[in-house]
Amino acid sequence: MLKGIPASPGIAIGKAFLFDTRQLVATERDIKQDAVPSEIIRFEEALIKTRSEILAIQKKISREMSAQHGEIFNAHLLVLEDRMLIEEVIEGLKKERKCVEYIFSKVIGKYINVFSKMNDEYLKERTSDIEDVGKRILKNLIGVQEKTLSDLKEQVIVVAYDISPSDTADMHKKNVMGFVTDIGGRTSHTAIMAKSLEIPAVVGLEKATTKIRPGDILIVDGTDGIVIVGPDKVILKKYEAKQQKLVKFEKTLLDFKDTPAVTIDGHKVEVSANIELPDDVGSVISHGAEGIGLYRTEFLYMNRNNSPDEEEQFEAYKKVAVKLAGSPVIIRTLDIGGDKFLSQLKVPHEMNPFMGWRAIRFCLARPEVFKVQLRAILRASVFGNIKIMFPMISGLGELKQAIKVLEEAKEDMRNKSINFNQDIEVGAMIEIPSAALTCDLLAKEVDFFSIGTNDLIQYSLAVDRANEKIAYLYKPTHPAVLRLIKNIIDSGHKENIWVGMCGEMAAEPGFVLILLGLGLDEFSMSPVVIPEVKYVISNVRFEDARKAAEKALSLPTGEEVEAFTNKRLNELIPWLKKTKKSA
Amino acid sequence: MLIEKKITIKNEQGLHARPAAIFVQIANKYESDIAVKKGRQEVNGKSIMGLLTLAAEKGAKLHIKVNGPDAKEAIEELEKIILGEMS
Repeated sequence: MLKGIPASPGIAIGKAFLFDTRQLVATERDIKQDAVPSEIIRFEEALIKTRSEILAIQKKISREMSAQHGEIFNAHLLVLEDRMLIEEVIEGLKKERKCVEYIFSKVIGKYINVFSKMNDEYLKERTSDIEDVGKRILKNLIGVQEKTLSDLKEQVIVVAYDISPSDTADMHKKNVMGFVTDIGGRTSHTAIMAKSLEIPAVVGLEKATTKIRPGDILIVDGTDGIVIVGPDKVILKKYEAKQQKLVKFEKTLLDFKDTPAVTIDGHKVEVSANIELPDDVGSVISHGAEGIGLYRTEFLYMNRNNSPDEEEQFEAYKKVAVKLAGSPVIIRTLDIGGDKFLSQLKVPHEMNPFMGWRAIRFCLARPEVFKVQLRAILRASVFGNIKIMFPMISGLGELKQAIKVLEEAKEDMRNKSINFNQDIEVGAMIEIPSAALTCDLLAKEVDFFSIGTNDLIQYSLAVDRANEKIAYLYKPTHPAVLRLIKNIIDSGHKENIWVGMCGEMAAEPGFVLILLGLGLDEFSMSPVVIPEVKYVISNVRFEDARKAAEKALSLPTGEEVEAFTNKRLNELIPWLKKTKKSA
Repeated sequence: MLIEKKITIKNEQGLHARPAAIFVQIANKYESDIAVKKGRQEVNGKSIMGLLTLAAEKGAKLHIKVNGPDAKEAIEELEKIILGEMS
């Protein structure tokens, strides 16, 4: 049994599919003197196979893109045929008498290390060429087939070091039953993606990829954060029963999907959904969302060689707006960087990408990219209730600059007599502590705030949200976080603007109680959790939530806040825990 | 036949990526063994990784050793590249 971090609830039982995107692990194995020649032959065969693979890719790329793109692979071929590299491996084999994959990964590792430390930027970038070729050779040595998630032939549980947004963007979604990863936390991309697909996920298992073999039968319990490898019949039966009960629980909750999000004593809030692609809208409606609180537009830009033009973006935004039929659709402008990179926009590799050139910072530096998106949003705004939200605002100056670019885009459209909603609402995402502390100033410039808790928590607590080693420090209930949230809500209300939240925190029943009590106006989350949140809201009194929030704010540690909120929630709505537990 | 030659790099970018790739391609045409030394570090002149790890910048002194039947032609052609005539 492996224990990790529960990232998306539910139970999946199925075959493991090992999806390796990072290092392949070459085991250290001793060999006998007389096995050296056969290891050399294995090495040569791997090189030949790698060469034909690279040539095939080069041909494909040259045909589909351009000859120039294909030329990139010449560098790969040079590395592959490099005499020193080959000689060093053969020498190492003879001297150390270890298996060739181990020797090879040591040699290539040495070169990667040398290159990554070079002063010359161009040479430094070649590190990735060497890594790429090295990975390919190693794969051929160990005998793992290269895989993408786009052509899964049967239903599987994906086991990976990490799953990136670009891996999931072209994934064969119907055949993925669950995710299991070595790294990551509750709010890493894997978790968010799993929730939106409504499949269980356990992340931060550290060694899942070395302990699970392809084809192993797995039980993934995304509720408790457990993965069982090769279960016996008794355990299998137990989990199958648990799985059925969970499905029943979800069905029961689904009955509450159309309940208005109003407390017993009449306090009304809005519950909306986070989406990544226009196709997610079906799930939004079927789970009873009252709108879209966060449309992550960067997914339109992923896994392609060019950026979507104005027309394509316009069609995507229009489609969502029309389907939502007048319910609010908050479109967040391009938020790349962090853990989302787009090759066509040439964002350089950074040491600290979450604090780097991302989101609004990138857009303000590249107005030609930014304006295309703003024009597309504005044009779509006549087809529904679209609002614009700027991500990663760090202060007043930046917000004003973003608004200025938007005004320029509007002016341009007026001059060309293109229709758009003149009163389109504009909001700022509050996810940086500096913005959270100065939001009294920001509130004067916008129509709404949306608190992005995933980043707000990682920035204010200095906790990388994808690092499983410090996951215990990632506490949404930390007094610092609660105080910041209170400040954002109070400052917004003082200027008569509404305040929402589009982080994962808005979906945890215990936190919902506190956030409700703090006066949050809108809760936006993965569609699948909406019925549960609506159930919580419609079964408590606002007065009780307010008191609970007050008490939570007075507690000195995140642990105490968490214990208190769970206890209080259970006292107020015992049904939820009881029903969930019996599942 | 062994021919040795000391050459100073005059190319602005030093013996970097593109010139190094050309150097390696040319070196591989010849039968002779080709070694390149910078200071105490010696690498195989037919290896792009080796050559690049030398990180030879403008002004660096390279010591080239060519040993084999076509050493004379090889060293002439390689010298041209390093002196920047081809890159």
